[in-house]
Amino acid sequence: MNITCPACGLLCDDVSLSTSPALSVRNGCAKSIRFFEQALNTSISATPLLAGKPASLEDAIIAAAKILSKSKQPLFAGLGTEVQGMRAVISLAKKSNATLDHLHSEGTVNNTRTMQNSGWLTTTLSEIKNRADVILAVGTDITGSHPRFFEKLAWSSDHLFDKPTPELIFLGAPVETAQANIAPDGRKPTVIPAETARLPEIINALNALLNGRKLNTEIVAGIPLQTLTALTEKLKAAKYAVIVWSASTLKIPHAELTIQSIVQLVSKLNESSRAAGLPLNSGDGDSSVNNVSTWLTGYPTRNRYQNGMPEYDTYHFSTQKQLTSCDAVMWISTFNPYDAPETSTPTIVIGHPDIKSGHSPDVFIPAGIPGVDHAGLMFRMDSSITLPLKKVRNSHLPSLNEIIAKIEAQLLSETTA
Amino acid sequence: MITLLKNGRIYDPAHHKNGVIEDIYIRDGRIVAKPAATEKIDQTFNLSGKIVMAGAIDMHSHIGGGKINIARMMLPEYQQKQAQELKNLSEPEAHICTPHCSHHATPSTTDTGFRYIEMGYTAAFEPAISPVNARQAHLEMGDTPMIDKGGYAMLGNDDYFLRLLAEKKDQKAINDYVAWILHATQAIGIKVVNPGGINAFKFNQRRLNLDENNVHYQVSPREILQSLSRAVHDLGIAKPLHVHCNNLGAAGNFATTLDTMSASSGLPMHLTHIQFHSYGTEGDKKFSSAAAQIAEALNKNKHITADVGQILFGQTVTASGDSMMQHLNAKHANPKKSVIMDIECDAGCGVLPFKYRDQNYVNALQWAIGLELFLSVEDPWRIFLTTDHPNGAPFTSYPHLIRLLMDKSFRNEAFAKLNLDAQAMSNLNSLDREYSLYEIAIMTRAGAGKLIGLHDRGHLGMGAAADITVYTDQPDREAMFAKPDYVFKNGELVVKNGSVVKVVWGVTHTAKPAFDRGVEKDLKDYFDRYQTMQMDNFKISNDEISSDGRGQVVTHQNDSK
Repeated sequence: MNITCPACGLLCDDVSLSTSPALSVRNGCAKSIRFFEQALNTSISATPLLAGKPASLEDAIIAAAKILSKSKQPLFAGLGTEVQGMRAVISLAKKSNATLDHLHSEGTVNNTRTMQNSGWLTTTLSEIKNRADVILAVGTDITGSHPRFFEKLAWSSDHLFDKPTPELIFLGAPVETAQANIAPDGRKPTVIPAETARLPEIINALNALLNGRKLNTEIVAGIPLQTLTALTEKLKAAKYAVIVWSASTLKIPHAELTIQSIVQLVSKLNESSRAAGLPLNSGDGDSSVNNVSTWLTGYPTRNRYQNGMPEYDTYHFSTQKQLTSCDAVMWISTFNPYDAPETSTPTIVIGHPDIKSGHSPDVFIPAGIPGVDHAGLMFRMDSSITLPLKKVRNSHLPSLNEIIAKIEAQLLSETTA
Repeated sequence: MITLLKNGRIYDPAHHKNGVIEDIYIRDGRIVAKPAATEKIDQTFNLSGKIVMAGAIDMHSHIGGGKINIARMMLPEYQQKQAQELKNLSEPEAHICTPHCSHHATPSTTDTGFRYIEMGYTAAFEPAISPVNARQAHLEMGDTPMIDKGGYAMLGNDDYFLRLLAEKKDQKAINDYVAWILHATQAIGIKVVNPGGINAFKFNQRRLNLDENNVHYQVSPREILQSLSRAVHDLGIAKPLHVHCNNLGAAGNFATTLDTMSASSGLPMHLTHIQFHSYGTEGDKKFSSAAAQIAEALNKNKHITADVGQILFGQTVTASGDSMMQHLNAKHANPKKSVIMDIECDAGCGVLPFKYRDQNYVNALQWAIGLELFLSVEDPWRIFLTTDHPNGAPFTSYPHLIRLLMDKSFRNEAFAKLNLDAQAMSNLNSLDREYSLYEIAIMTRAGAGKLIGLHDRGHLGMGAAADITVYTDQPDREAMFAKPDYVFKNGELVVKNGSVVKVVWGVTHTAKPAFDRGVEKDLKDYFDRYQTMQMDNFKISNDEISSDGRGQVVTHQNDSK
């Protein structure tokens, strides 16, 4: 059957999947196959656990609602879900004054902050496929997180306008995997090695060069100045240059300032030619969660409800900070079996049937995997496209939004009782 | 169940009722004739001395979809400010605007629905759905309570259409594609933004005039307008082609606007937020009002309708599909930030915060130009009350805008406070017109319903949906329109004294003209080769809108030529 693959932000919907006699995924990348293998190996009738002991769904719902009803300030973390799951989560968060944080937001908030501080000029996948003639990847090999990126967007011979195969340039990316991105015609990428920690310096030098400044040095962070000058010339000469970065790989202090510098490169280039940025997403429904949160509460994550009113703070509402002050945790991870953070507060875990907790949470409710056990909707990494996920197997596992809606109903009946 | 609204003063321009005292009966959500004396009246509202109108319809308001969500995401400071202000209000009291109101320009979907219904608006139409992003637009509108929704799909900058035009495909091929887009995106109308210009920007063109060619396709905005207005007409779509002209915001752009009126060769066209397209180049600052020329042309060209896109002073954000002009104007953003996007060989967008200041020459004159247009266009059936929410001002400023139109002394007092140079360049003081309640009802109800083709909304005739707003007649029209006594949605009382008393979910209005399914053969090939999504996933089914039990798709009949 034709499906949409939720394994990464490319959300490939040209994939077809067959489960008999064995799993085969046409157009599936390694990441996609791994995702479906793992998903389809889970039990379709996994049962909830209360402190590690099997329980009925009804009892698990009651126990979860009890924890939330006693909590003044719960933390809903993880949030690995799609659109419909997040809609339910927000509704419950409003009724329980919860704080909301996504598992990948450590990186994502740096993109959000950049957008809020300076804005940016960005593009989407089909524009890249049809227009890009130079692709500069900063601090990422792209294919590690988004395996079919170049296959679909750079090396396809079908494009609307007469243009060459785009030149790929990797700056500060893992060298070996970056070098492996060789076009079908044998063209090798340009790889400029650099330490992630030195990227701020290098991007600032590029900005200086683009603005016509002279740098009184022959070498910047180990890179010959002439290499950087040549890079700026390529970007300027391009008809449609695309600069790609990944917030999750920029593990440096104040990464938002480096992203802002990347965005400034794009902005400067657009004074005379066309160029655009593309932030890679980090996965587990991050684009979906942020978009849904934004239209329902007015804010992306990290946010919370206080007395029914939404509040926003990318610093204080982080999982790490909230773990020290919250009085209950609800951990959600439906795509991958990521375990909840260690905490001594009452914990509810909802998600992938294979989540193995080091210590048994008070409540564990196995949920359907979106795009496997039930249909759903998901935002692609570029946010412009929302695609339907399909159900690919018969399953007894309830979807996250069904579980959350039941908890909300139970919570309501407890508070009114 | 029968509800009686007794002795209200009725303003129902669709039926030429101008303040007559009449009873209205409601049964099963519809307005019905007086029932037989034997039938039981379940509920009676005594409306003696009250003003009764159909629920208002906002025919152009950016309420859902990618760019408005970007605006929300990039401007958390607005919402924080509103949260502070709300602490001083007893929620959910309707917000009454003041001239310097700095309230929220980017409400969440929930707030959007609540704020509209609290003002007596029962429907709003998202005017800029980029087809690839339609699913998001409908998701957001689906999460907007209280009101009916609908949208216009943007064409004319998408590479598929421009290829058809460049290859000189016949009108039938264009018509089939336009109809297919309406079905696939669940829209009720077609819009074109900066015809050809958004696409040209991707080829590094920075401006595009009406008769200038897109460098790649070698087609002009005029040809795009001709082709699309013809398609809309041939398909029998009620809503005329919704046109955001080239050169938005540029001094001297009134000439483009005047030329655009002729581009459809007499077929109906709607020119949107025309205030932003009525600028001359006179005076020391080379920026002047061309409202008189535009109004004169509108009065003469009966095939053209327009909405104003009034600006009001304060902080807001401009969210537009016009990436070309928004990129050009990004230097004026306040606070200084902008999000510009090229989108999927389909569209673009540009989001810029804006602070309109009454002591700024250009802003003050923009304010005056909008009002000059309102007061100089003679036929209220062809001009509509909008602020291009949130681009000119948030929709919550409508009551204030209505007072400016209805109350000359209030208007002149406001004018007298403006930047003096701007005052010297406007004839607003000499315009004595004051809109009547009847004319307001035309602009915000009957005219809007008729324009979009909502046969059973915007009026109070037999069989109409009972979307009804009841006001107390007050000399302060801002106070009056900010806080209706009652609002009925499909016959149910949902607002009382400006507060929501019941949460309901409106429908989604669409138009689905017949077309040749054969169009999908070429489209499928196009999607497979050039797009990064499958054609089948591009299409939005009725189920997607109705499956959660709240939404519903209503399809309006077309009169295909």
